[in-house]
Amino acid sequence: MDLAHLAAGIGAALTIIGGGFGIGKLAAAAMEATGRQPEAGGGIRTSMIIAAALIEGISLFALVICFILAGK
Amino acid sequence: MYTDSLKAITDTTAAAHEQASQGSGWILHHVTDGRYLDFTPFGKIDLPVFNIGGYELAITRHTIFMWVAAIILLIMLIKTAQRYKKTKIPNRFTGAIEVLILFVRDEIAKPSIGSGYEKFVPYLLTTFFFILFANFLGLIPFSATVTSNISLTATLAAISFVVTQWGGMKKNGVFGYFKGLIPHGIPVFLLPIMIVVEVLGLFTKPFALAVRLFANMIAGHIVIYALIGLIFAMGTLAVAPVSVGMALFINLLEILVASLQAYIFTMLSAVFIGMAVHQEH
Repeated sequence: MDLAHLAAGIGAALTIIGGGFGIGKLAAAAMEATGRQPEAGGGIRTSMIIAAALIEGISLFALVICFILAGK
Repeated sequence: MYTDSLKAITDTTAAAHEQASQGSGWILHHVTDGRYLDFTPFGKIDLPVFNIGGYELAITRHTIFMWVAAIILLIMLIKTAQRYKKTKIPNRFTGAIEVLILFVRDEIAKPSIGSGYEKFVPYLLTTFFFILFANFLGLIPFSATVTSNISLTATLAAISFVVTQWGGMKKNGVFGYFKGLIPHGIPVFLLPIMIVVEVLGLFTKPFALAVRLFANMIAGHIVIYALIGLIFAMGTLAVAPVSVGMALFINLLEILVASLQAYIFTMLSAVFIGMAVHQEH
């Protein structure tokens, strides 16, 4: 029984839950804003992509720790 | 070296089956650096190792592809600059490069840095184009992604840190820069905490830049290898359409992630430079 591998798996799953939830809320807000004002669609799309990349950056920090754990 | 391609294929698949049945260490073996250029099943090219002054300096895969990215960068951008110097009318190739150059200058540098942005545009252009070409080079088969090496991204982030501090100290003076880190109008007893927080913040930002780029690049490639390795782990060819289809989709997503990460790195560098140069709290 290797707890490090188990920890890596559980850690990755929890990280992805957080990241998916955050980006889902972000996409919902972007859709709603674009529906209200379709002319601002380009600017909203750019901001959405930037914010999504930053949120994904955070979730990948945790994923790197999971890689280190899984390599033990 | 194989002369019979059928034997090459069967030998490679046998080796892959054996590797995949022993866990997943082979994924990291393919993704990380190595001292040979790997063209299995067509052979390997071993790279030289130099011993200089007691240190062992090896030319590795990532070194070679870093040089390739740098040479492509130099050729493309110097041709663009020479064309601009000769006549200000771009031809098709230089027009395409100028679109990217103007994008970096007008959408990344000018809004983030404000006045005095011209001095930092060369550095931001270099960062953007180098990371873009290095990321794209990693998508070609039989090549290596240089930016998936933490040493390289840490170096890029360290250079960004140096440019930020140098720009901030040149504009505000050394002592004035540190004084400007702390916002105005806070109670005196908060001062020690604010100093610690701000100085730590100076160092966590480049660290986040390095880890973000490194993790994004390596995660994409690990997912692709894991999906293809599913065929060998399951041991059957029936998984192949699903597996290759999903790997193709992830490869296309990697194109988006490659350009996006170059843009994010450059934009965050520009934002940090702007925060250091114009310190208004």
